[in-house]
Amino acid sequence: MIFFKNNFIKLFTTSKDPFSGLKAGDEVLLTGDIYTARDQAHKRLVELIKKGKKLPFDLKGQTIYYCGPTKTPPSKVVGSCGPTTSARMDKLTGPLLAAGLKAMIGKGRRSEEVRRLIKKYKAVYFLATGGAGAYLAKRVISVKLVIFKELGPEAIYRMRVKDFPLIVGIDPEGRDVFEKKGT
Amino acid sequence: MRKITEKIISGKVAQLCIDANLYLRKDVEAALDQALKKESNSRARQILKQLIENAELAGTDKVALCQDTGMPVVFVDIGRNINIAGVDLTAAINKGVEEGYRKGYLRNSIVTEPLTRLGTSKFSPCVIHFSFGKHNGLRLTVLPKGFGCENKTQLKMFNPTASEGEVKDFIISAVEQAGPDACPPYILGIGIGGTADYACQLSKVALLRPIDKPNPNRSVGKLEKELFKKLNLLDIGPMGLGGDTTVLGVNIKTFATHIAGLPVCVNISCHVLRSASDIL
Repeated sequence: MIFFKNNFIKLFTTSKDPFSGLKAGDEVLLTGDIYTARDQAHKRLVELIKKGKKLPFDLKGQTIYYCGPTKTPPSKVVGSCGPTTSARMDKLTGPLLAAGLKAMIGKGRRSEEVRRLIKKYKAVYFLATGGAGAYLAKRVISVKLVIFKELGPEAIYRMRVKDFPLIVGIDPEGRDVFEKKGT
Repeated sequence: MRKITEKIISGKVAQLCIDANLYLRKDVEAALDQALKKESNSRARQILKQLIENAELAGTDKVALCQDTGMPVVFVDIGRNINIAGVDLTAAINKGVEEGYRKGYLRNSIVTEPLTRLGTSKFSPCVIHFSFGKHNGLRLTVLPKGFGCENKTQLKMFNPTASEGEVKDFIISAVEQAGPDACPPYILGIGIGGTADYACQLSKVALLRPIDKPNPNRSVGKLEKELFKKLNLLDIGPMGLGGDTTVLGVNIKTFATHIAGLPVCVNISCHVLRSASDIL
């Protein structure tokens, strides 16, 4: 694709410390495994953490994508799969970061508390283009159900993505792209 | 009089659900092209290009434009010279929605119990608005409304003595508050007048009008144009990352109201404004 050819940064989730050194506003192409989780899956993960139970997958170093895809049409890898509004996950983000979560992908602003936690845990928040679900589906190589099948589109899926186009929303130093708009 | 069966109605609704979710409205597509020509911010241009490509891909790949295929709002405008005696319209429409969402591989985003969040196995019920018109036939319109933007809806009951400036400020502040969160550039549906509930309904109906067609009432059309200009100076831009393109369109619909009030509802749509309509 042509749109990010000038100044994007290629990142691999399998690299050591893949997100360190990123700056808010950086354009990134991400390759590797990411996990979808939105409102209900967050609620369940946080409940498991609070009860001290084992999580369905190790969050350490992982990336969560706030996404609930459409049904996968035949002969396709995935349906439409753009980001949902991140702010709804703000109150449920702290425990996941404490459990080792390293990156989040969504759309829109985060709370001041989440910004501080991202800085504390040296994590990162990425923006994906909202409402571009058909475009983003082209960058997904495979999808596998992980857990919470009964939640349908809100279940947790592991997506393998290649050159998934993202913009750094909040960097590991806690800088927020929406606070320095236009630069 | 022409007999229209439940099967014909549900078949048509199913098709409209698929069409609305897969093919971007021509007026919205044109507005994106137009915005790309005018946009001075390079990142905003890059995002607008992604959105234009997204619309092309959705149509050719037969994949929904957006994963949030919305809560379908169906407008049923019952005209003349048709026979729908004995037809359960509500059932036929819900059946059509279920069929369309299943066949189109669209997302089931409906929970039947709002408080317990249970009941996610079906694609219905949808929201239905019935009306009667003077046209011939049965007009069906499907507007699948995504909830990232629906959540930003604002209703305000103004005093009747409120100035036009206060109303404008309210509309602008609704967009400012939505900011980057509801997938800008936005299309605004604004309902002014009626009662609280009717102003909200008007704001949805306003979204059905092509965004390149101003309100036929001159002063309302002028207000739309003025708001369009002002809102595009907010520098929210595509994805909220700045730019000259904060709104693609502003559609206002007005109705008579009470001497004691002035209801105003701002219903924000993301850039993926979807609707499809046909007459049976």
